[in-house]
Amino acid sequence: MSKEDDFREGIKKIYHLLKLLLTLFLLTATLLFVYISNFEFSPPVGEKDAYVANLVEDEDRIENGIHVRTGFIEAEGLMEVVNNCTNCHSAKLVIQNRMNAERWNATIEWMQETQNLWDLGGNQEIIVNYLVSNYPPQEIGRRAALTNIEWYELED
Amino acid sequence: MKRRNFIKKTALASIATLIGAEIVYGLNMVEGYEPLALQDPDPFTMFKKGKGMVVLNDKPWNIEAQAHLLDDKVTPNKFMFIRNNGLIPEGIDVKNWTLTIDGESVKAKKTYTLSELKTKFKQHTYQLTLECGGNGRSEFNPPAKGNQWTVGAVHCANWTGVRLRDVLEDAGIKNDAVYIGYHAADVHLSRDPKKEPISRGAPMAKSLQDETLLAFQMNGKDIPLVHGYPLRLVAGGWPASVSGKWLNRISIRNKIHDGPKMTGTSYRVPCEPVAPGDKVKDEDMCIIESMPVKSLITYPKSGAIIEKGQLLHIRGHAWAGELEVSKMEYSIDFGASWNQCTVEAAVNRLAWQHFSASVQFPIKGYYEVWARATDSRGVAQPMLLPGWNPKGYLNNACHRIAVKIK
Repeated sequence: MSKEDDFREGIKKIYHLLKLLLTLFLLTATLLFVYISNFEFSPPVGEKDAYVANLVEDEDRIENGIHVRTGFIEAEGLMEVVNNCTNCHSAKLVIQNRMNAERWNATIEWMQETQNLWDLGGNQEIIVNYLVSNYPPQEIGRRAALTNIEWYELED
Repeated sequence: MKRRNFIKKTALASIATLIGAEIVYGLNMVEGYEPLALQDPDPFTMFKKGKGMVVLNDKPWNIEAQAHLLDDKVTPNKFMFIRNNGLIPEGIDVKNWTLTIDGESVKAKKTYTLSELKTKFKQHTYQLTLECGGNGRSEFNPPAKGNQWTVGAVHCANWTGVRLRDVLEDAGIKNDAVYIGYHAADVHLSRDPKKEPISRGAPMAKSLQDETLLAFQMNGKDIPLVHGYPLRLVAGGWPASVSGKWLNRISIRNKIHDGPKMTGTSYRVPCEPVAPGDKVKDEDMCIIESMPVKSLITYPKSGAIIEKGQLLHIRGHAWAGELEVSKMEYSIDFGASWNQCTVEAAVNRLAWQHFSASVQFPIKGYYEVWARATDSRGVAQPMLLPGWNPKGYLNNACHRIAVKIK
């Protein structure tokens, strides 16, 4: 090959490299534009996707007596509760409520009548026992004392 | 030549790899998938909420403020509570969004595009207090079922839109109209497309008030998605569930609206008082209308330590549903004596009112500053929990903060 050919070859390489860079740039810019213009009007997180990261690991990992994925206390009936009570709503809704067996049963009935909850069969008793044993109602009277006060010096 | 081919192939391969990766991503977008940033389950990023907001529930989303976060006169988005009954609608298409007025008592069923609503009717802005009917539920004993709100399920933002009255009258209201019921685009938790998560409404008298808006802006901007974008009913002073989000239809009814969460025990209290824990039949439950008188000390945050002799400047907001707040007081001795606060007039009807006072403490020690509002009919907030009810609504007991004098 002559020097001129070598030179041409070199130019071509640079030309191809520039073409590649330009293509990549345009591609990124287009995708970025699509991304940004869709961003505002896209729905927020789909609940399924939000927990993908957790599902990859052991989804029923227990740490310090707590079922990590849901926050439920590890005790008899845990998996029955997880499998029947966290499909539609978050475990957080269960955990923050305190009811006796009668009212949990009434709540289950309400969910079956209005919220498409299925027949729990023999699991109902297991679930209700789990709930009243691990999340029992507490007597708080007619007005509780202020607790968990974070004291701080207030500058004038 | 071999080298050239190698370079070419490598280049193509890297492009392919890149395109491949990007195409997968691009296709996701086309299918209506969320961009990566929105897959972040962190609600603070997703909904632009401020530090200190408390997540009570993440399916459906229920997030509340704390008293000290509500110090602004006009509540900014970052400190506004979120109460959702279902899943946030997906793939909202504003260009084709419509609102239909129908029902037994509409003269002629009519459908409006968003731009028709915005251009055909005069726009109004009001600052409106919206409080969740269950705000304060966590204090009821025996505990009441539902999200355990403490004090932060209230906000008072500016809402801009058209009067519901103007739109209803444009479609025509028959003489037998009793109630309106809203329908919206949110998705039931069970994902059953035949089910509505919530469809509430208001009597005609409330629907026809000047301040009852079909709003498309909040605090001067498009309503954030989680608060009802692109169209929300806003009925200040009533349980915030009346202010339906993501509206696409309003039915003018010839009877009390009977959509989900209008019936049974939802947003209802016993018509006659009951003992704590009593069972109440559905037919003995009455729909909540105006919210009761209430107030919050928003400054300082509970837990302030000050020097003896130092004045404590307190401030906050008070509201009274359909009424006004006529008097605001504070007590540092658990209600044995009360002192007046300054209370400002509302910027418009149904907006909260601001109060302030400078508090002196006689000796060192632990104190609680209690605040008590009285409405224009002379009804004040109770210091103890008000009447127990099965779903734990309407807790308007006095708010208080802890203070130490050293």
